[in-house]
Amino acid sequence: MKFLKKIAATAAVSSLALSASLAQADSKEPIVIPTHNWTSQITMAYVIGGIFESIGNNVSYVPADSQAVYESVRTGDITISHEVWQSTFGKAFNNALDAGGIIDVGTHAAKTQEDWWYPAYVGELCPGLPSWEALNNCAELFATADSGGKGRYLDGPMDWHGQETLDRIEALDMNFTAKFAGSSGALWAELESAKKENRAVVVFNWSPNFTDAGEGGYFVEFPAYTEGCKISDGGDGKCGSPPAGWLKKAAYYQMPKKWPQAYKAFNNISFTKTDIGNMAALVDVEGLSHEEAAEQWLAENENIWKPWL
Amino acid sequence: MQNVKHHKGIQFLALLAIFFVLVVAIDPESGGNLWRFQENIFWLLPDALNNGLKYLINDFWVVDIYDAELDLTEESTMMKEFTRGLSGVVLFFITLIRELLLGGVKTIVIFTSWDFVSDNEWAYIPALPWTAVAAGAFLLGHYLGGVKLSVLAGLSMVYIALFGQWEPAMQTLSFVLVAVPLSVLIGLVIGILAYKNKTFELILTPLLNVAQSMPHFSYLIPVVVFFGIGDHAGAISTVIFATPPMIRLTILGLKKVAPEVLEAGKMSGCNPRQLMFNVLIPTARHDILIGVNQVIMQCLAMAVIASFIGTKGLGYDLLVALNRLNIGEALELGVSIVLIAVVLDKLSLAWANKQTDYFADLPFYLHYKYRLAFMAILIITSIIAYAVATFLPNVHNYFYIIDEAQGFTTQTFWDAFVDWLITATYQSVQSFNLFMITSVLVPMKETYLAMPVVATLFLVTGVGYLIGGIRSAIIVTAFIGFIALTPWWDRALITAYMVTFATLISVIIGCSMGALCSQNARATKIILLVCDTFQTFPSFIYLIPVIMLFGVSDLSVLIAVIVYATIPATRYTVEGLRNVPPSLQEAASMSGLNRMQRLRHVELPLAFPHILLGINQTIIFALFMVIIGAFIGTDDLGQLIMQSLSRSNGMGQGILLGLCVAFIGLAVDHLIHTWSNTQKKALGIA
Repeated sequence: MKFLKKIAATAAVSSLALSASLAQADSKEPIVIPTHNWTSQITMAYVIGGIFESIGNNVSYVPADSQAVYESVRTGDITISHEVWQSTFGKAFNNALDAGGIIDVGTHAAKTQEDWWYPAYVGELCPGLPSWEALNNCAELFATADSGGKGRYLDGPMDWHGQETLDRIEALDMNFTAKFAGSSGALWAELESAKKENRAVVVFNWSPNFTDAGEGGYFVEFPAYTEGCKISDGGDGKCGSPPAGWLKKAAYYQMPKKWPQAYKAFNNISFTKTDIGNMAALVDVEGLSHEEAAEQWLAENENIWKPWL
Repeated sequence: MQNVKHHKGIQFLALLAIFFVLVVAIDPESGGNLWRFQENIFWLLPDALNNGLKYLINDFWVVDIYDAELDLTEESTMMKEFTRGLSGVVLFFITLIRELLLGGVKTIVIFTSWDFVSDNEWAYIPALPWTAVAAGAFLLGHYLGGVKLSVLAGLSMVYIALFGQWEPAMQTLSFVLVAVPLSVLIGLVIGILAYKNKTFELILTPLLNVAQSMPHFSYLIPVVVFFGIGDHAGAISTVIFATPPMIRLTILGLKKVAPEVLEAGKMSGCNPRQLMFNVLIPTARHDILIGVNQVIMQCLAMAVIASFIGTKGLGYDLLVALNRLNIGEALELGVSIVLIAVVLDKLSLAWANKQTDYFADLPFYLHYKYRLAFMAILIITSIIAYAVATFLPNVHNYFYIIDEAQGFTTQTFWDAFVDWLITATYQSVQSFNLFMITSVLVPMKETYLAMPVVATLFLVTGVGYLIGGIRSAIIVTAFIGFIALTPWWDRALITAYMVTFATLISVIIGCSMGALCSQNARATKIILLVCDTFQTFPSFIYLIPVIMLFGVSDLSVLIAVIVYATIPATRYTVEGLRNVPPSLQEAASMSGLNRMQRLRHVELPLAFPHILLGINQTIIFALFMVIIGAFIGTDDLGQLIMQSLSRSNGMGQGILLGLCVAFIGLAVDHLIHTWSNTQKKALGIA
């Protein structure tokens, strides 16, 4: 309860602070930005850090687990979180919102898609894709040793959206089982070896992601998402993920007060899918380090980020 | 003797018979509590524990704290202020060492303020050139242990620098240089207290057991909630993980000190403090040093896990590299971690064993020759680094710090190797995979899950009774019974199935390999070195390659587990066989036994108790790795522990799941130790 009151107060303060922020200077204490374990997020961390530094803020980076990070934003050990994916981290983020101490700083322009995905070459192995019925018809192509003859869908870790996958398979009466990978690294490793063996796979994936580059792949087309169609929301579960999910930004509730200028910039920051793709490509394709990639992106795209300040 | 054995055999058969009757008789549909314990009061434990901890940190003993910068008074709690204060101290030392090595401003900020540092450009600590640190390591090695050690220490640093890992390696080093002394110090103090006070030791022992066998990522979230996120949080969770072996070995060492030594100390008029620090501890040095060695290994083993909660360095880079399927880079990083562990271990060992030469009366420059040499090197390397930076500003400065992009890499080789491995072995791996999963693993898993809880508990109790009498029966039943009362019994059965399978294979491979290698002195040396290396190698590294070969399945988890768990089986077998007294071997040979007969009838039975301890370690290692296997994708306790990282009642659930894992380990540990001790007594080598 105390936290809720605090948030209400801060929300009021922050709107004031935004209108009259010029009066107040930012604290020199460093803004703490988390880095997780995938390229676009790390590079974006350094890009945002660079933007903060350009207006005179001090910044420090701290590695953090992508699920555990919200607890630390709540307590102020970490100041921001800049890539909150709707279907993957939505739950952890909402838990933190309920507990208080974290504020929602709006969404990026990039719309995200998170759903069943297959690499381009699989389209040739199973003609008729991307429709889910076609996928279901070639289920045996996707069978593995432990799937008991059914097709195997490799989902992300159980805690991302586990029950929903199982609900959907059941609601659509699909000839598939779900296996939960333990980490995103496990997904990529499976994709990599399947590609080398020209083996059919369907995995959980999202976009924007590094897999968008190169030959790429496609999302399976499920019956369209409508508000409340998921079983957890009271629907019948016969639908895919939202085609345009949000990618949010979050911040410690004291940030507007402590770093009003930086908060204003952070509030305005809104990356598009292309921006995120470019940042990731600098590292994954051109082989720069994350810091170098961020520096280069900032230098080349001043027209994008300068107006945010 | 034979009679007793016979007797036990019959009892065991009877036990199995009743077990099978129970399995057949209890029907899953109508079995109720006999089949699985239904929802009970224990199911409320995770939430209760979670709320308790939350209360402790958020609402207990509320105090007002004034924030000067924001000019407002905030509510905080005494607990939070205390833990955050502690974190601050730990973080200060980590930052200090890190900034001496890599440069920075945070240390100056502690004594001034961020405003001061932002206004004064000059206020920062410059990084040491890597050449200076490498030369320093060389000199330190020479000073403490002569030429061999100096080459090892110096070359390790050169390797790290040339492969472009200087920055992460120094970050890891600064973290380790705080975590290790802290663990050693805490371990020594608690160990001494336990040695002096029997009651304290009695209370401490079970706590140590649990702390040592709990999977480390089950207490990550509590550490984050209490101590915040960052290098200090990593260091604190590392201390929790690394201190128990230090305490244990300190107690062991002190207890082993001969009474004569103690008497001699007392007779020379030592007061208690002198007795402790000048007599007992130096005499117990051997065991205490093994403790220090364990601490160093454990600290580096935590390097990867600690990066989940904010530790920068090699561990974090390794995780990122693996996530990008950069096997080569991950291997290079892994080698750096091993090198740091080995160098620190050897240096600390040499330091502890170094005798002070009280009688040497050397002139100034000889007495301080190492310090003088280091100063000279520091000045020269700094000048070179500075000169290169000034005169060739656009060229990358290899004499200062080599970044990742500038260093060597063997990545292309490893990529090609992995490519080749996957394509060349595709067919055989597929059929092996299919066979193992459909004919071995799935049936085994189903068998485990088909056991009614009452039958399992009966079996456990019975085995406990046969091995160690009523006492053991009660202990193991309590451990396993606790798990049965939680909602996670099925999960625990899956964990148990994987651990059983992995242990069987590991023991077969490890013991035969150990038995073979122990026949030859050189092979022994090599195999022990291999064991050491693999043990320090971050276990995460095995995870990605096995997925590439075997896909996301139980089989890949098990292969990773077997690779890791074979180490102790091998090591203990080698040690056990090598330690058979030569006189007995001679006697056996003289009685006309050939080599095989001697091994079978004399050496193996004599080494059996020690090998049994190796099997115990194998089980513990397997348990540890099965839990880590959650990162590949399992459906056992590990998956839930990982899941609790994002749950709102994650703290409570994580800790209790960790306890469940610990209890499996402790039950096995208890049984095997009891068994090993009775065997030793029977053989007269206790």
